[in-house]
Amino acid sequence: MTLLRAFLIRFVTTIVTLFGVAVIVFVVIRVVPGNPIAMMLPPGATDADIARLEEQYGFDKSIFEQFLIWLGGVMQGNFGTSISLRQPVSDLVLGRLPATLELSIVALFIAVAIGGALALTGTRYRDTKTEGAVDVTAGMALSIPDFLWGLILILLFGVLWPVFHISGRISPSLNIDFSTNFYLFEALVRLRFDVIADLIGHMFMPALALAIPLAAIIAQLLKQSLKETMHLDYVTLARTKGYGENYVITREALPNAVLPTLTLVGVQFTFLIGGTVIIERLFSYEGLGNMAIDAVINRDLPLIQGIVILFALLFTLVNLFVDMLYVILNPRLRHA
Amino acid sequence: MSGFLSIRNLTVRLKSGVTILRSVSLDVAQGQVHGLVGESGAGKSMIGKAVLGTLPRALQVTGGEIWLDGENLLALPHDTRRKRIGATAALIPQDPLTALNPSKRIGPQITRRLVDILAWTRSDAEARALELLGEVQIPDPARVMRSYPHELSGGMRQRILIASAFAAEPKLIIADEPTTALDVTVQKQILRLIADMQVRHGTSLLFVTHDLGVVSKVCDTLSVLYAGKVVEEARMHRFFMRPIHPYSRALLAATPTYLDPTGSLTPVPESVISAVEEEVRLHDVRFGT
Amino acid sequence: MRDARGEVRRPIGLRLWLSGGWLTLLVLGALLAPWVAPKDPLMQDLFLGRMPPFWVAGTEPGYWLGTDSLGRDVLSRILYGTRLALIVALVAGTLTCLIGATLGLIAGYYRGWPDRIISRFVDIWMAFPPVLFAILLIAVLGPGLVSIIIAIVVIDWTRFARVVRAEAMSQGAMDYVASAQVAGRTRFGTMLTEILPNVLPTIVALLTLEMGIAVIVEAILSFVNLSISTDSPTWGGMIAEGRTSVHQAWWVLVFPLITLFLTVLSFSQLGEGLKDRFDPVLR
Repeated sequence: MTLLRAFLIRFVTTIVTLFGVAVIVFVVIRVVPGNPIAMMLPPGATDADIARLEEQYGFDKSIFEQFLIWLGGVMQGNFGTSISLRQPVSDLVLGRLPATLELSIVALFIAVAIGGALALTGTRYRDTKTEGAVDVTAGMALSIPDFLWGLILILLFGVLWPVFHISGRISPSLNIDFSTNFYLFEALVRLRFDVIADLIGHMFMPALALAIPLAAIIAQLLKQSLKETMHLDYVTLARTKGYGENYVITREALPNAVLPTLTLVGVQFTFLIGGTVIIERLFSYEGLGNMAIDAVINRDLPLIQGIVILFALLFTLVNLFVDMLYVILNPRLRHA
Repeated sequence: MSGFLSIRNLTVRLKSGVTILRSVSLDVAQGQVHGLVGESGAGKSMIGKAVLGTLPRALQVTGGEIWLDGENLLALPHDTRRKRIGATAALIPQDPLTALNPSKRIGPQITRRLVDILAWTRSDAEARALELLGEVQIPDPARVMRSYPHELSGGMRQRILIASAFAAEPKLIIADEPTTALDVTVQKQILRLIADMQVRHGTSLLFVTHDLGVVSKVCDTLSVLYAGKVVEEARMHRFFMRPIHPYSRALLAATPTYLDPTGSLTPVPESVISAVEEEVRLHDVRFGT
Repeated sequence: MRDARGEVRRPIGLRLWLSGGWLTLLVLGALLAPWVAPKDPLMQDLFLGRMPPFWVAGTEPGYWLGTDSLGRDVLSRILYGTRLALIVALVAGTLTCLIGATLGLIAGYYRGWPDRIISRFVDIWMAFPPVLFAILLIAVLGPGLVSIIIAIVVIDWTRFARVVRAEAMSQGAMDYVASAQVAGRTRFGTMLTEILPNVLPTIVALLTLEMGIAVIVEAILSFVNLSISTDSPTWGGMIAEGRTSVHQAWWVLVFPLITLFLTVLSFSQLGEGLKDRFDPVLR
């Protein structure tokens, strides 16, 4: 009963949030002083041509009417047509989404691996110089944003010691036909190890740049939580049973220490996804964020609108997923 | 006398230099119950922790010996010592609400160490856990094995912890204020249960408590600890008839249940406390702390 | 425990000195740029394009950190770029802090409907990718210093609002606040005299952090060519150019990048250091 109630409240706030995002983007981009239609046409175009196109895209109506028309379209799954690329927005956006999703998820894995390892090391050697080193590393990693990490990585692994590709998603020379846009996933399923290696070679640096700040947060929060758990009685009891430090940390403390950090890591993961916008630009990675920046530069209103709404939806879904995971992992809630 | 557990001149200090235990000696004889009494802050829990090797990191043993089953634990390498403790000793903790891992079911919390440390088979361990849960009078043990700690009451959890402590037939059990965190009505049942289990399994038991009334019910011998020092070690009967140390006498007078259940509480007189403190100071001078 | 913690905390003095020192250097560089910069940052000399820094053989004297593809002096451009970076850091950081912290304080202390409205807006804002939002705003407002500052304030006020709201809420639940109100203080007065001083260390730490973030956002906007006019020197603009020619002239990327790195690091470390120093009940 309470669970259903919580779900309903959640659903309503999600709708309100998405609606708010749509309204704000709609209002913001329609105060653009330049005329996007005029920019699309060759210099010699007549006023009549402009008017015709404006009518076609609905720009001659009031903002309020435009919003209603757009909303009506969205209800039927129609997000309009891109002005600069002249294709349906939904096709364009869904075509790029897999690239961004793969990048974000690979980054998440890297962040959990690095952050978890740092947290466990710091806990294992707590109150020693090693823990101090973990603290300093995490503090430094956290104060530098993903954009700067990306540039530093380009210098390190693209120029100084060129082992990774600094731009693109896949080498054009591979010339392989994918049936979906989830290249990495598809390559994994088809066991094409050469393709996997090439994809990872492209994806590694942008993913690492996105992962470093999140890894630092995981290291800090999880270590804090682990250290608090290590003082609890059941951990002491496990020690008297003859278990060593490593077992006590990973088996007794870790499952309980993960829970309090989970929600915060979820929020931070949405920040990571937001970071793909500039990181994809930096590494010329063919994802949603890169397309978004092009759309803004080209004043492609329907496309901007579609991408922003998709990002907002993605963030909401991540938060929902984290909340569900919290319930699944917490025995107290699972049986409630 | 030299017991199954024999602590000799154990000294424990804070790393900053403050002394917590001053040359403590005590013995727990084979199959006997030894009470360790003192007010809170006297350091009685630290003795148990020193034996089990779970002292907080800020504390360290700076002198003495801990003999368990003919072996000086403090002379063993760290890992050997941990395994020796795991195989021969067990702890009944103070607070049953925090001593069970909230993310694990009860069953594995009893059986895992039998499988991991003592190399039992899974089915043996599970059979043993069921048997013990029955022995500590838990209704429907099979269901409890599948439960999570938050689904059980404090008394139930303490019973489970007792069962878990006895699971591997340890030769020594340290009970660290096992009834303090419980309701008064549950306290008596748990106390009787521990006493029964001790007799049935013939285990040596070090019973740490601040409550002389509890000691009088379950112990064979006792030590009185004050300010990190054993001020009196005696057999129960002799202690309650003729306590020697002034602090012991004062402690007895302040315990209503034993000598005069209806009488008023007499606080430990200032003069006694200052006398004991003087004694402790002299001790410090003598041992150069 | 306590001892160990003391040991961990000791480097803070050093941290404050190093970060403060670097930022002081930047302020001096920005103020004295016309006098200390060896060249005119806008002067192009195509014969001197992509000259390496001074320690590499075959360089023209006077161009300490080399030149970019148009032959402009990298050191001078960094020095002039510092001006824009610091103005953005100070103005955008302070404005973001004032607006965000005020809203957070009101939401966290007054609760009720002001909280509901502000929190709803925070939720909506959290659903935007911040960089995309900033780029969108600049595209709408047109490039320029004022647009950059507005964009930073608009995308980042939620950072202050969120943290300050949570702190004010926990402070407001404490007994001393209730007793101040019983003593006849108005709600608004209590907020300013009882809540604000306790939230202040957090606000200060966030403020310096925000200044670092403002510098980064400006660099990102310059990087996508949306900052101020294209020829005035900015760190982000230099980085964008350096990124494209990184294989031919690494110094065009490296030196502005190091400057940006040290600046952002200094702002955040300064904040942490100040927080540790002024927070009476640390952690």
